[in-house]
Amino acid sequence: MAKKILTEHINVPGIETFDVYRKQGGYTAVEKAIKTMTPEEVVEEAKKSGVRGRGGAGFPMGMKWGFLAKPEGVPRYLVCNADESEPGTFKDHHLMKSIPHLLIEGMIISSFALGANKSFIYVRGELMYVIRILEKAIEEAKAQGFLGKNILGSGYDLELVVQPGGGAYICGEETALLESLEGKRGNPRNKPPFPAVKGLYQSPTVVNNVESISNMPWIINNGGDVYAAIGVGRSTGTKLISASGHIQKPGVYEIELGVSVEEFLNSDEYCGGIRKGHHLKALVAGGSSVPILPAHLIMKTANGEDRLMSYESLSDGGFATGTMLGSGGFIVFDETACIVRNTWNFSRFYHHESCGQCSPCREGTGWMEKVLHRIEHGHGSMHDVDLLVDISKKIEGNTICPLGDAAAWPVASAIRHFRDEFVWHITNPHEATQPGAVYRGEMELA
Amino acid sequence: MEEIKPQLIKITFDGIEVEVEPGTTIMQAARKIAEADESQASLVPPAMCYYKPLNASGGKCRACLVKVAQGSAKDPRPMPKLVPSCITQVQEGMVVENTTNQGVLDTRKSIVEFLLINHPLDCPICDQAGECHLQDFAFEHGSVKTRYEEERRTFDKIDIGPYVQLHMTRCILCYRCVYTADQITNKRVHGVMNRGDASEISTYIEKAIDNDFSGNVIDVCPVGALTDKTFRFKQRVWFTKPEDAHRDCDKCCGKVTLWYRGDEVLRVTARKNTWGEVNDFICNTCRFDKKQTSDWVLEGPTKVKRSSVISANKYRADLVKKPDFALKLAASQYKPVDDDRAYVTDEETIRQQSIENNEKANHRSLLAKNN
Repeated sequence: MAKKILTEHINVPGIETFDVYRKQGGYTAVEKAIKTMTPEEVVEEAKKSGVRGRGGAGFPMGMKWGFLAKPEGVPRYLVCNADESEPGTFKDHHLMKSIPHLLIEGMIISSFALGANKSFIYVRGELMYVIRILEKAIEEAKAQGFLGKNILGSGYDLELVVQPGGGAYICGEETALLESLEGKRGNPRNKPPFPAVKGLYQSPTVVNNVESISNMPWIINNGGDVYAAIGVGRSTGTKLISASGHIQKPGVYEIELGVSVEEFLNSDEYCGGIRKGHHLKALVAGGSSVPILPAHLIMKTANGEDRLMSYESLSDGGFATGTMLGSGGFIVFDETACIVRNTWNFSRFYHHESCGQCSPCREGTGWMEKVLHRIEHGHGSMHDVDLLVDISKKIEGNTICPLGDAAAWPVASAIRHFRDEFVWHITNPHEATQPGAVYRGEMELA
Repeated sequence: MEEIKPQLIKITFDGIEVEVEPGTTIMQAARKIAEADESQASLVPPAMCYYKPLNASGGKCRACLVKVAQGSAKDPRPMPKLVPSCITQVQEGMVVENTTNQGVLDTRKSIVEFLLINHPLDCPICDQAGECHLQDFAFEHGSVKTRYEEERRTFDKIDIGPYVQLHMTRCILCYRCVYTADQITNKRVHGVMNRGDASEISTYIEKAIDNDFSGNVIDVCPVGALTDKTFRFKQRVWFTKPEDAHRDCDKCCGKVTLWYRGDEVLRVTARKNTWGEVNDFICNTCRFDKKQTSDWVLEGPTKVKRSSVISANKYRADLVKKPDFALKLAASQYKPVDDDRAYVTDEETIRQQSIENNEKANHRSLLAKNN
C-alpha cells in the first residue's frame, strides 16, 4: 500500500467530529507547533518538505510563504482557496466534507507560521453543506481551545472565517478570490503588486489550496525532511487525484507522486483500468484546463520513458508532447468519446466563466466556443481549424489572469493531437452529427 | 528648505532614451517622448481603457501591451509575457519594444479583432464617429476583413437619466465610466453586471443617474456607448467647430470646449488633452444647460493635436506610422489597411453576396435555436 498522508484516517467512522479526529492523533501538530516551535521554524519545515501548491500552478508553498511581506503594524492574512471548480477536479470537496478538522488544523499551523490572526476559508457557494460541516468543526475546535483568543495558553489568537463564494470559477484565481472576499465583483487584479505584498484589504496575504494546507499537520508531526523523501525529485509528497471518465473505479485517490500513469490507470488499487471492452483514446491529466494527450503520449514521454504522475514527468516535452499535473483532475476518454464535442464542452465552460474584464478572454472564449459549436454541428469549414489555433494563440499569455491560458490550452492541444478528427467533422458533416457518432479513423488504421 | 528632486530613471523605449521620475509607467514615459517631439506620436501605445485622471484604470483592454526586452539594469532578463504599458512601472535601465517588435504589433492587431467581433460597426449612425478611440485604434492597427461569422451580441438602448443614453451594444467594457462614477460622484449607481461577453454596464433596474457630474461618463467613454442625449443625431463631429470657452461656475472649473455649427452651440464637453483625456471634469449645468454663446467667455479655437478627423477633416495617413518603413511612408503610397479581398464595385454582385450572407446567418440562427 502506498503512503497515505491526507486520507489515512478518512474512513474512520465519525472522523468529522472533534473527538474521533483527536483520538486519531489530530491536533497534536498544532500543540507541537505552537508550544515548541517558532513561526520561522514552521516556515522552515514547509520549505524543507518541498510541498508544492496543489491548486494547479505547483509553486512551492514554503517559498510562497517566504515572499510574504512583513511590514510593522499591518495585519497579515492567510486565505484558503476552497473554490474548487475546475471541471474534473473534486478532491478538496472530498477532503473537506470527510475530514474537516484536517484543514482546520492545517489552517491553525499555517496561520501561526505566517503570523496571521484572521484567516479565511473561501468555499465555493455550491458547497453549502460543506460550509456547514466546516463551521461546525470550527465551533468544536474553538470550544476545545484550539481556536480563538490565546490558543493553548500561548498568547496567539486566531479567528477562522468560512466565506461562501458566489459560484464563479474565476474566483478560484487568487486575486479574484481576494476581490470577492472583500465584497466586490470577482475580477482578477493586475499583478504586480502580488498578494504577498498587497492582498486582502491591501495587506500582505498568502492564498493556498486546501490540499496544500492539509499537508501541514503531517509535515509538522513527522518533519519536512521525511515528507520530502516521499515522491520523486522535486515532486514531493502525495497528491490527491480526482479520477473520472471511462474507468472502472472513478473516485478520489491519494498517490505518492512518481507512480506511473500506467499503474495509476490500470492497477486495481486505483482506477482499475478502462471500462470493459474498450480502450484508452485520450486523457486529461490535471483538470480541464491542461492540454489533452492521446493514449500513446500519456503512457510514454516522447523519449520513450514511462510517464509518471509527477509535475516534471507530465510536463516533459512541453506542450508539444506533454501536459501538466495541474490540480489533479484525471479525466479518461475511451474510444467512444468525441474529442470535438468534448473540446466544445470545455470551451463552453470557459466562455461561461470568463469574467469579461480583459478583451482577449472576454471575446476570444466566446468566439472559440461558437466556432467549435459550428464544427460539432456540421457547419464547419476547413479554415475554422486554423482559425481556432490562431484565436487560442492570441489569447494565451495576453490576459490578466490564467483563465485565458486555461481556455486556450485545451483547444490548442485537441487540435494539435486530434486534427484529423476535426477534419473528419468538417468533411463528413452528415455522418458526424448522427447521435453517438465518433471518428474511428485511427482505430481502422490500427 | 530646498526640495530634494528624486533620482530620474533612464529607460529605452523603441530605441529612444528618456528620463522619467520613479513610479512613472511605460505609457507615461512614451507620452513624454511624444510630447517632446511630436513626430514620435505614433510610438505611443494605444490606450482603450487606461485614463490617467482615473485611479486604478487600465490593464483591461490589453491594447497597450509591449515587450520588455530588458527588465532593468540590475536584472536584465526580458519579461516572459507582454506587459500592459499603462500600469507597468519603469525600472532603471529598462528596454521596451513597442513598434519595433513584430510580436507586439501582431498582438495589437488581434486585440483590435477581439474588440470588434462584438462591436456593431455602426459608425455611419454613431455620434462618436470621428472622435472614437476604437475607430482610431482599428484604423491604425486593424485589418479590414473580419474572420468572425457569428451573430454579434446586442442589447437594447437604455436611458439613464434625462441626459445620457447607454447603448451597450457598442461598449468595449473599459470600465472608465464605472471609475468616473465611483471617483468623482458620491453615490455610484451603475456598475458591471453579468460575466464574460454577456457582461454589461448598467444601472440597477435602469435607475436614472441623478447627480451634478453624471455627464462626465459621456466624455470618458472611448466609444459611442454613452452618448449625450442633447446632441444625439444633431451633427457629425467633423462638421462642428470646437472653441475653448469658460464661465464662472460654482460647481466646477467652468473650462469647456463648445462645439459650434454656424452660430449654434450644439454641445459642450470638457477640454481634453492630446491623449483624449479630460483635463477637468465639468458639471451638468455647464454641459447641458448653457448652450448659448452669451453664457460663455470665448477663448479661441481649440487645437486638436492628434491625428483626428476634426483637425484634418479626414484621416491623415502621414500621421500613422508603421515600423521599419516609417521613413518611406508618404501619404500617397500609404496603404492604410491590409485587405486582400477582391474589390467589388458591381452592384449586382454586391446584392448577390449580401443575400447569400443573410441566408447563411438566418440558417445559423435557426440551427442555434434548434440545438
